[in-house]
Amino acid sequence: MTLWQIIIAASIAVLALKLAGYLVPPALLQKPTPSRIADLLTVALLAALIAVQTLGSGQALTVDARIPAVIVAAGLFAIKTPFIVVVIVAALVAAGLRALI
Amino acid sequence: MPATHPDDETRQQRLAVREGLAVGLATAAYGVSFGALSVAAGLDIWQTSFISIVMFSGGSQFALIGVLAAGGVAAGPAAIASAALLGVRNGIYGMRTAPIVGAGLWKRLAAGWITIDESTAVALAQPTPHSRRVGFWVTGVAVFIGWNATTLIGALIGDALGDTRAYGLDAAAAAAFVGLLWPRLKRMQAVAVAVAAAVVAATLTPVLMPGLPVLVAALVAVVVGLFNWLGGPTVPGWASARTKLRS
Repeated sequence: MTLWQIIIAASIAVLALKLAGYLVPPALLQKPTPSRIADLLTVALLAALIAVQTLGSGQALTVDARIPAVIVAAGLFAIKTPFIVVVIVAALVAAGLRALI
Repeated sequence: MPATHPDDETRQQRLAVREGLAVGLATAAYGVSFGALSVAAGLDIWQTSFISIVMFSGGSQFALIGVLAAGGVAAGPAAIASAALLGVRNGIYGMRTAPIVGAGLWKRLAAGWITIDESTAVALAQPTPHSRRVGFWVTGVAVFIGWNATTLIGALIGDALGDTRAYGLDAAAAAAFVGLLWPRLKRMQAVAVAVAAAVVAATLTPVLMPGLPVLVAALVAVVVGLFNWLGGPTVPGWASARTKLRS
């Protein structure tokens, strides 16, 4: 697969899922299990992505400046700091530590 | 449906417009981080903008570039699957917003495209049918314009930066996921799923090819959701959108 093919396939898949919501009979929403799984699916994927993005480097697990950056980010989100500010601070923490060590 | 005084209706609509524009502005701010991170992951400016226009869903977009950054083109299928699975919730939102939008093929196509956390949340928070419709469209269009404009700005910045690790952009990507996850951790069940999924993904990283650990970790959600372990009374699928906005 080329990068463009991946991008187009993923974009169409996500768009199709949005449109599918308008075709499904609303009765399905009354059933608690599908919506509960969809909710938890979002949580599980985001948590897994945090783990991989923080610890992974290719197929190896590494401990580096990303870990303190993510801990600082979590702390800032906990005190309701705006998204963009947290993302910038996290980048600065990692960049600062790498410049120092 | 309760009858509303015309003046009151106008006021509700104005409030819906204001709320929609405010949410659009806030969301636009982090389009910059997507644009920069996408270029850092190896995509060009065209590819980055294409994703923000067609896919137009923050979580799925960050997931796609995150998996591609870790595994390259070889992780393509896993990257597509991660983005699609994170997009499932938009389908659930669509079931809720369909009655708000009303009938008509073109109207529904356009509405589907802009059905995301923000437009759904603002729409459902409005008190009257008319203000719900106004809230949905204003928020969706405002976020769409802002998100795409700032994605482009971010991509240009990322392109100019060069060595992104030195600027800590890999840590910024992780922080972005934390920001998307944080408002969803209101209940014990969600926290347990998050911890378990993170452990599964980290443990499998050295064993499986990049991208697959994230997909296997998603099974945690399916199993816990199916048997409703640690779950109290069920919250409807769209409730997460509201929680997200409030936090």
